[in-house]
Amino acid sequence: MRVMIIGCGRVGAVLANRLDEGGHEVVVLDRNQQAFRRLSEKFSGERIVGNGLVEEFVRPTLEKKTDLLFAMTDKDNVNLMIAQRVKLSFGPGKVIAVVHDSILAGLYKELGVQTVCPTDLVIKDLLQTIQEG
Amino acid sequence: MYIIVVGAGKVGYHLARLLMTQGHGHEVMVIEKDRSKVDLLEIEFHDSIMEGDGSMVETLKEAGANRADVVVATTGNDEDNLVICQIAKLMFLRPRTIARVNNPRNEELFTGLGVDASVSGTKLINAIIHEQVGAGDMMIPLLTLKAGDIQIVEVQLTRSSQIVKKKIKDLTLPAGSIFIAVIRGEEVIIPYGETEFQPEDKVLALVKRTSEEALRKML
Repeated sequence: MRVMIIGCGRVGAVLANRLDEGGHEVVVLDRNQQAFRRLSEKFSGERIVGNGLVEEFVRPTLEKKTDLLFAMTDKDNVNLMIAQRVKLSFGPGKVIAVVHDSILAGLYKELGVQTVCPTDLVIKDLLQTIQEG
Repeated sequence: MYIIVVGAGKVGYHLARLLMTQGHGHEVMVIEKDRSKVDLLEIEFHDSIMEGDGSMVETLKEAGANRADVVVATTGNDEDNLVICQIAKLMFLRPRTIARVNNPRNEELFTGLGVDASVSGTKLINAIIHEQVGAGDMMIPLLTLKAGDIQIVEVQLTRSSQIVKKKIKDLTLPAGSIFIAVIRGEEVIIPYGETEFQPEDKVLALVKRTSEEALRKML
């Protein structure tokens, strides 16, 4: 599978490393060159320095058949805009936006944008831990 | 009208002031993220400014978005302006939404994603420059109607324009376009078959995006 990850933060980098180890073709994009230090030494995928909101940085990768795109910068609104633009210009591929604000995540899900909410996941996990005592 | 302005930067501040002081004296609420800006502006805006992140549902609710007629997103970040307008539309009783577009290339995207109107300062200035320069076949978009599919454009004719000295009835307009007005000096002419174009005329046309190129060629 060919996967694009926008935002090489703590989560994005680990996801990139794992997918790369799993034999997938990975393209990571981040505004900040320094962010790529989070990638493992063995990482064999492509690194692009650029702004995920600017089409030129994203388009070339998507034009070469990409199966999955993760918009996971540290800003919810950036991720939502990237996801919606990609959906509009590249049709119904798989785009997943990471949205920390739980209400926003739910709202955009209704709009047809696939969202993952870390806040909800942590809460779910914590509640489960409590229940298990 | 009740108008919510998100962002108290230069654009938001002056817009809010204009809205409050204009003849009608609209009711305005300004939402600003930066505490220090809020402190500074409270002296002038009193209860008409609040601190908060306008791209959060709770903030908009607190600002009374449910009774707002218009929500204007004026921040310097397009992604914030987009989300502000989208949640205003989705969560509340459908106010009209207007977004400032910082990167003019995002204008089309915003329209496609349900923002009622988007305004790009860069684009406006650009259009004015071309109008002032009067460049030959310049087609200036005046208004993009919802969905972005139809535009009202203004075309300044010159001596070399192909349609000069021709009557409308003798022209074949590209499908999906129609002349709506001819501005000749101070006069506005509603065109009909016998109307003959003259150099220096300004022509207003309603045109579908798909026919824009054909119309441009013709003029």
